[in-house]
Amino acid sequence: MKRQSHLGRALGLGSTNDGVSTWWAERLPAIALVPLTLWFIYYAVGLAGADYQTVRSWVGKDGNPVLLILFIYCMFQHGQMGLKVVLEDYVGGERNKLIAIVLAKFVAALFGLSSIFAVLRLTFGS
Amino acid sequence: MATRKTAAESRPLSPHLQVYRPQITSFLSIVHRLTGVALTAGALLFSYWIISAGYGEDAYNRAQSLLGSWFGQLVMFGFTFAIFYHLCNGIRHMAWDAGRGYDMPTLRKSGWVVVVVSLSLTALTWIAAYSQTGGAS
Repeated sequence: MKRQSHLGRALGLGSTNDGVSTWWAERLPAIALVPLTLWFIYYAVGLAGADYQTVRSWVGKDGNPVLLILFIYCMFQHGQMGLKVVLEDYVGGERNKLIAIVLAKFVAALFGLSSIFAVLRLTFGS
Repeated sequence: MATRKTAAESRPLSPHLQVYRPQITSFLSIVHRLTGVALTAGALLFSYWIISAGYGEDAYNRAQSLLGSWFGQLVMFGFTFAIFYHLCNGIRHMAWDAGRGYDMPTLRKSGWVVVVVSLSLTALTWIAAYSQTGGAS
């Protein structure tokens, strides 16, 4: 086996080709979150201190369930990817790093899906 | 050395905050990360709220009294600022992604715009919330 640095081994082999799609995957939810977050905060202010029936009828009203589900998806997707970048920078050791990133993804999937399920329940439940 | 670490494990971690002279650009960059990490906890708080509502009236009322308490409101106030800051500075990041606004005077100016706008939006949001509920939780 040739003794070579990591850089020396990688040079001249071309890109790994998935960098651009990763870049876009990180940005699309971020871009979508700008209008979605402003929309949610605008209505959340109106829901401050509201009772159960008010919240429930707001969640199920018109396009709200769809926008809420989009908001939840983008929020957890963006959060999970952002946390990954931070964990890559600060967690020492490849093993701990991997465990932390996988954990972040699992937690995001669990809470994101549960939130979406709650929206559906509030919209269609009796 | 009691425990030998592999070369990969002993590599330094980035970034080295303590060797930087404080300046508006690096400070805002760090705050962007901090608010981002804080907002992942905010996302969990949001799901606690919506999942509670999904469970039914009793669970929703419990969540509401927790969030409406003085401590809950303090936490939400913090999250409101974190959201607006991260959102405004995120737009700044998008401009950079488009290759714009990299010169130092523009960087400093856009940084201050982010600070002023996010503080204003935070104040505006809470004034709107309080004038609407009359301060009741």
